[in-house]
Amino acid sequence: MMTLLEEFRAWLSAALPEWAAYLIAGIVGIFVVLGFVLTLVIVFIWYERRLLGRFQIRLGPNRLGPEGIFQPIATALKILIKEDVVPEKADRVVHWLAPIVVFVPVLMVFAVIPLSQGAILADLNVGVLYLVAVGSVSAVGIYMAGWGSNNKYALIAAMRTVAQIVSYELPVVLSLLGVVLMVGSLSMTKTVEAQVVPFIVMQPLGFLIFFLGALAEMNRCPFDLLEADSEIVAGYHTEYSGMKFAMFYLGEYGHALAYACIITTLFLGGWRGPVLPPFLWFLIKVVAVFSLIVWLRATLPRLRVDQLMAFAWKGLFPMALINIFVVAVEMLWLVDISRWLVVATNIVLAVVLILAWSRLFVLGRGRVEV
Amino acid sequence: MHDFGYVGILLVVALFFALTTLLLPVTLRILGIVPRRSSAAKNSTYECGMSTIGKSWVQYNFRYYFFAVLFVVLDVLVVLLFPWAVGLRELGLTGLVVVFVLLVMLAVAYVYAWFKGALEWK
Repeated sequence: MMTLLEEFRAWLSAALPEWAAYLIAGIVGIFVVLGFVLTLVIVFIWYERRLLGRFQIRLGPNRLGPEGIFQPIATALKILIKEDVVPEKADRVVHWLAPIVVFVPVLMVFAVIPLSQGAILADLNVGVLYLVAVGSVSAVGIYMAGWGSNNKYALIAAMRTVAQIVSYELPVVLSLLGVVLMVGSLSMTKTVEAQVVPFIVMQPLGFLIFFLGALAEMNRCPFDLLEADSEIVAGYHTEYSGMKFAMFYLGEYGHALAYACIITTLFLGGWRGPVLPPFLWFLIKVVAVFSLIVWLRATLPRLRVDQLMAFAWKGLFPMALINIFVVAVEMLWLVDISRWLVVATNIVLAVVLILAWSRLFVLGRGRVEV
Repeated sequence: MHDFGYVGILLVVALFFALTTLLLPVTLRILGIVPRRSSAAKNSTYECGMSTIGKSWVQYNFRYYFFAVLFVVLDVLVVLLFPWAVGLRELGLTGLVVVFVLLVMLAVAYVYAWFKGALEWK
């Protein structure tokens, strides 16, 4: 099946030379995707502040425009006319490059997200692998920010980030493999088409592992150790101000949006759904996932570093390994008999594994010695 | 191949977008809208209000290194698993057995690392 973009290109090339049609179609498609991303990021900034306000029994920003919807615009204007301070001892080149290295990969992720039926910028045949490859480049940018600032707190945060992202990369990629096993292809469009039953039902354990790993990869609570303001000031962006700080801020929310889109596409069935139009279903699911992320931020306290590492290496990683092997066995023999047999087995597997592993992690006893 | 071209154009547009956003305040500073009043205190490295002591580019704790080494080994394995996951149906039982042997070897190494204390954060 052709994507909408390919149809547009074919329609253009009737009037224009081949290369011009290709370029114009590409740029129009990219501006649609970027428009979607930036609008949603700005809405999410406002939405999170309002929602956090509700969670903490206060109002949140509600003065500027109806329900305070124009608050992000005022923030953007304020940031635009802020003085830009670069510390004297900083590595100036690295300090300037870091926001770009953090922000650009976040935008790149959206190339392979199907926003609606056929509405995908590039239906790559290696889509999932592309996500893994592009999604982790931001860690380099965060390390550059910490190193380039020449600030002790920033460097500690950068070190923590690298350790954290490196540790959670493995469970995330392994739980993605579970999805790839069920689809039999790396293409994102095919992944959505394969989800007659959403994969959150087919493999609940894989979803849980991916969700927790994604929280750690996008540095959200309860895994936001790199900007633990009670320990290391503001983390890696301690020395940043003005527009460069705004790039980090946008990149963080862009990351949250990207992972919400990825979870929607891979586990919640993407744009599939009854009655409502496909794009609306996609949007509803993305907002639902983001609300869950904000809810976790409002509820859970921050982990300690040793708990964080133990959770990744002793908890999620072995669980993810067992999960993909069980899924592989199921795909060879069980799925041809009945799909619901797979669902039942996987729910039992998830419950058994979580109960078994929860005996290792006991809260309230100080250091986790597993 | 068309699809990869779109990703390339996206990279160029994203870079352009990031650069313009960063250079906008610089332009405004030249026009005199954004202030530039620097002083020695403002330009020094932040350290909780005290004057900065020593440098921060120092040797860092060794424990990060264990996790990095473990990650490299395991991530190579995971990338190897991708083609297997795509072609599982065609490979059938043979592929499953081969990967199982590989995973058992990995599990031995993993358990060894655990008991040796490489996974502890001390």
